[in-house]
Amino acid sequence: MKLHVKYDTLVLYRALIREKLDKLGYPYSLEGQGQLYFNQYLSNAQLNEVNDVLKPYGIQVLDDPQMMFAQKVREFIVELVHQPELMENNKFSDVLARKLNHSYSYISKIFSDVNFMSIEQFIILQKIERVKHLLSGGTLTLTEIAWQLNYSSVQHLSNQFRKTTGITPSSFQKIVKERRKHVETRKIDA
Amino acid sequence: MDTVSILLADDDEDDRLLFEEALQKVRHSIKSKMVNNGAQLMDYLHSLGKGELPHLLFLDLNMPLKSGLECLTEIRAHPCLRELTVAIYSTSSSSEDIENTYIKGANVYINKPSDFNQLVKILSDVITINWQYQRSELNKENFVLSIE
Repeated sequence: MKLHVKYDTLVLYRALIREKLDKLGYPYSLEGQGQLYFNQYLSNAQLNEVNDVLKPYGIQVLDDPQMMFAQKVREFIVELVHQPELMENNKFSDVLARKLNHSYSYISKIFSDVNFMSIEQFIILQKIERVKHLLSGGTLTLTEIAWQLNYSSVQHLSNQFRKTTGITPSSFQKIVKERRKHVETRKIDA
Repeated sequence: MDTVSILLADDDEDDRLLFEEALQKVRHSIKSKMVNNGAQLMDYLHSLGKGELPHLLFLDLNMPLKSGLECLTEIRAHPCLRELTVAIYSTSSSSEDIENTYIKGANVYINKPSDFNQLVKILSDVITINWQYQRSELNKENFVLSIE
């Protein structure tokens, strides 16, 4: 017996994407013919994961090379901020240029085009986040943190913290402590 | 993909208008929604499905029916709303008010500026930093920013 079937590739594509991506659990939406929007920013590793589940069906994820490059720069900066010893006392601009094999002006141009802030602002933001993390841990003093993150002095760190967050390191520490207490008592009340 | 959704809760009509105008001058692509008081705000938030929460809530402190502080407390106590970034948008600049909102879980404290260009700059800064928090998976618990 020979029968004919009629099918709609778009319906097939959508059903397949849903089945595969729902399993991964990154919130997304399907738009238009071949556009896939993720509600959060996916790291390179997560993007590979998406690629891997779709590849067996002949679906390939295309992405913007500028975005990918900017993402690489972001990930590298975060790594350097977490492991300052990798810098070997060099400047960020030199380490980035050497490691990414492009001039610093090129890197910084692409970065700010995609990220709405300059590379310098991003580095400061990441460093201050690291300081906050260490401060909220409560085991290191501000002086020790300044030393660990290669600040020239504790005053420099303190000023940068104030300028970036609008509050002083000590009031930040107080806020985090009080906030935790507040959350704890709320849990007990509930 | 990078559209930022913003919600403002403010009972002052002029402030809402100015805010909306300032948003149009920000570099990011924005989707905005305004509500007029605290009760309306909570109704609206509860009506949203999973994944539909705005990226950023700007919250006035002095509102009728339900104050900004009451809303903030409810938001932080609610499992579905807890992750929302809350920026207090207030005329008060008393350090006691500021500290109190942080302790109750506010991320950002903005003292309403009188100058329009300054408002644009502030909104742009807050939106950019919040966007970085989302993209870099930074710890939201440590998101504390004060703008005066």
